[in-house]
Amino acid sequence: MSPSVPLQEMIRAIRSARTQCEERGVIQRECAAIRAQFRQSDNGGRSHNLAKLLYVHMLGYPAHFGQMECVRMIASPRYSEKRVGYLGAMMLLDEKQDASLLITNSIKNDLSHSNQYVQSLALCTLACMGSAEMCRDLAPEIDRLLRASNSYIKKKAALCAVHIVRKVHDLGELFTPAARSLLAEKNHGVLHGAVVLITELCERNQETLERFRKTVPDLVQIMKGLVISGYSPEHDVAGISDPFLQVRILRLLRILGRNNEGASDAMNDLLAQVATNTDSTKTVGNAVLYETVLTVLHIKSESGLRVLAVNILGRFLLNNDRNIRYIAMISLQKIVGTDHNAVQRHRGTIVDCLKDQDASVKRRALDLSLALVSASNVRSMMKELLLFLSSCPPELRAQAASGIFNAAERYAPSQRWHIDTILHVLTTAGGDVRDETVPNLIQLITNASELHCYTVHKLYRALLTDISQQSLVQVACWCIGEYGDLLLRGECQETEPVQVTEDDVLDALETVLQSHMSSPATRGFALTATMKLSTRITDNVDRIRSIVSIYGSCIDVELQQRAVEYNALFRKYDHMRAAVLERMPVIEKNSPGHTNGESTGEPIKDIQTLKVKQGEPLLPQQPANQVCDLLDLLGGSEVTLQPIPAVGGTAPGLFTNTSSTTGGDLLDLLGGLEPAPPAPAPTVQVYEKAGVALTLSCEKQSDSGLTVTLTASNSTDSDISSFTLQAAVPKSVQLHMKAPSGDSLPARGAAKVTQMVVLNNPNKVNLKMRIRISYSSQGSAFQDTVQIDSFPGLSAAGH
Amino acid sequence: MMRFLLLFSRQGKLRLQKWFTPISEREKKKIIRDMTSMVLARQPRSCNFLHWKDLKIIYKRYASLYFCLAIENQENELLALEVIHRYVELLDKYFGNVCELDIIFNFEKAYFILDEFLMGGEIQETSKQMVNRSIEASDMLQEDDNSDWYEVELFG
Repeated sequence: MSPSVPLQEMIRAIRSARTQCEERGVIQRECAAIRAQFRQSDNGGRSHNLAKLLYVHMLGYPAHFGQMECVRMIASPRYSEKRVGYLGAMMLLDEKQDASLLITNSIKNDLSHSNQYVQSLALCTLACMGSAEMCRDLAPEIDRLLRASNSYIKKKAALCAVHIVRKVHDLGELFTPAARSLLAEKNHGVLHGAVVLITELCERNQETLERFRKTVPDLVQIMKGLVISGYSPEHDVAGISDPFLQVRILRLLRILGRNNEGASDAMNDLLAQVATNTDSTKTVGNAVLYETVLTVLHIKSESGLRVLAVNILGRFLLNNDRNIRYIAMISLQKIVGTDHNAVQRHRGTIVDCLKDQDASVKRRALDLSLALVSASNVRSMMKELLLFLSSCPPELRAQAASGIFNAAERYAPSQRWHIDTILHVLTTAGGDVRDETVPNLIQLITNASELHCYTVHKLYRALLTDISQQSLVQVACWCIGEYGDLLLRGECQETEPVQVTEDDVLDALETVLQSHMSSPATRGFALTATMKLSTRITDNVDRIRSIVSIYGSCIDVELQQRAVEYNALFRKYDHMRAAVLERMPVIEKNSPGHTNGESTGEPIKDIQTLKVKQGEPLLPQQPANQVCDLLDLLGGSEVTLQPIPAVGGTAPGLFTNTSSTTGGDLLDLLGGLEPAPPAPAPTVQVYEKAGVALTLSCEKQSDSGLTVTLTASNSTDSDISSFTLQAAVPKSVQLHMKAPSGDSLPARGAAKVTQMVVLNNPNKVNLKMRIRISYSSQGSAFQDTVQIDSFPGLSAAGH
Repeated sequence: MMRFLLLFSRQGKLRLQKWFTPISEREKKKIIRDMTSMVLARQPRSCNFLHWKDLKIIYKRYASLYFCLAIENQENELLALEVIHRYVELLDKYFGNVCELDIIFNFEKAYFILDEFLMGGEIQETSKQMVNRSIEASDMLQEDDNSDWYEVELFG
């Protein structure tokens, strides 16, 4: 085959360009020459020119001016020109271009050409870039070719039919009869095409699938032929006879056997045979085995076969080839829910894969290992997982840590083990754990009352070693604050006690306070812990006083606030200090879905119970609870103090960042309560016109404060855009509109827009509001005004 | 089905691109950039499978060329590796010890061979000999074609 010389010269010229700029210059010249050639009438080098253009296109330069040339070349009687023209069509034209329609006629003619290679070009192009219209036009032709032509054309027609069915689903009906009869062919190419076509038809239409179930025996027969037959030189790949066809048939069997007992039974023997006889030394064999395993696991196979399939996956796990190990793990992951026991048998191998070099394999092994943890194997599994955590790549750390926590929570054999595990994770990967870990761990520790001594000793030692892991330091400070007396007592049953003096402990806490590694939240913990120790130690109270007063002028507002309050406790309220800083009672575990807003709904009632019923212990569940108590405290009420939780201590049971909540509580102290009403506010519809509706709900925030929520919806058939609301209120009322959630309302109420308006009515005037609504719909602008005289949930006077 | 097949060099230069679904030029360029950066960043002894959006990417390096095939989620990855290998074998048979330069200077032949092996995102012919025979026959047809023209030219 003589090389296309002008083309190769151009390629050489482009490649020898030394800079990008030079290359662009060469290409521009060539493109200009090509354009000129296109404009000339038929010359001998047309195919060369188009080929050059296609090369330039592959380098990334624009080549759209070649589209019409492709159309012309396709219509040429010469095979060489048709060939390049069709190639150009596949590269430059796609169904979005207008020029693609112009080749429909050429394709139609070429489909009935006398030469099969010309037919093949047309079929290939149609299957590559045929648009829905072209497909509809040419479908009958394809059907004709499916029935009556040689096998070379039949196999191409089959794949063309697949493309047509993908583009125009309804045409599936047209090809169903032909597809059925193609299964009787002997030619592998045609068989393969037929199987692909039938698969496509069955996946799209349930009825067609029912009809094709009858072909299961035929498919089984064909497969048997491939598996058992002797060596066939034409289709052999490393000892497997036509693996491509085998895999496709297995996939079709999977689709036909799903949820159907009869079909699944019919293929049972075959699958067992393929699973046992296929040679698994090369990738080809493993590809077929893999497909077999997938099929067995997805049809209604008998249990023996399923176990066989899982064992094959287990064998894959031991394979030297990394790809095969990866495949095995993905498949095991998919079935670990349904065939848990079968997968458990391979737990050892899976855990070994945690040590694999490849990052993808490691990730899969981690997922699988976490899924395999159960009550019976939790101790050994956790050992492996903790080992993994210390050496795992950084991107997997967070996932591993949270997985370990979940598993520990579900299957912990004892509290001490649970605490140890969490501490281990915090020491190894403290930086990657989630924020909830700290309150969770604290709650766990308070619950294990007999282990307080053990825990505080362990944490103290950990604190001495390393103060960089914030979560660990926070928990350690909290424990030392709470159980410092146990630490100082110097005796412990569970672990080797440390001989510490009060100064040592205070030194440790001060180090945390002063270290630049400590985050503000951590320093807050440390300060509070120092304060708590003032009631648990005897000698160094003065030292604590001085620490606390130093921080009274700290730049960090949070710390300053705490220090000032603790100072107040020392000076004016020393008689209450002991009670305030008493041991925390056991914390009840809140459900994870508990939000801050809901929990603060309680305090209103609690204040009243406080005033009425005395001598009742309060459970420290809500931060505002502490706040209210403190208000009473500083307001000098006559209420006898119950064991009230430590001021500004961590708010366990809250699943948000500790520092922000405690900061918020203390701010509440200074600014007044903000109890959010737990019941949903009543809504009322205030406007309804032309399909646009506006509803209003309001919540009283305080004596004069009110939050109004406006919700807009659109029940017309067209979308609304630029939707805005403007509000006006009587003179003495203050109004603040917050940002709306959006400004477009899709048709038929698909989404709503909400906007909050904060009102302050200090003079308690009659509350009214006028709202102007403006939006555009279908290109025209609309505007309307509505006045609201009464607000739901408020008395008639509006307050 | 297969979504696209890309061949690129170690430096990221594209040598062949075959798309089995209609995609805009801009999108194609973006995908090519993503693929080259993802595949070239892989360690030498890692797994040949990647996840990208909702597709599985199978890649294999042959000498200085990376073959990168994107398949849908229900396809068999190990078989995709075999598809890539089969294509390389076909190129090797046609060019005789194929190297990257062959594919650069005869890119249209590489496409013709691909179009006899794959079609519409599926395998068209599972027999190596059949594909080779079809290519040879098409080439001969092209020769006859050219020689006709040549004769016309010669005899005015």
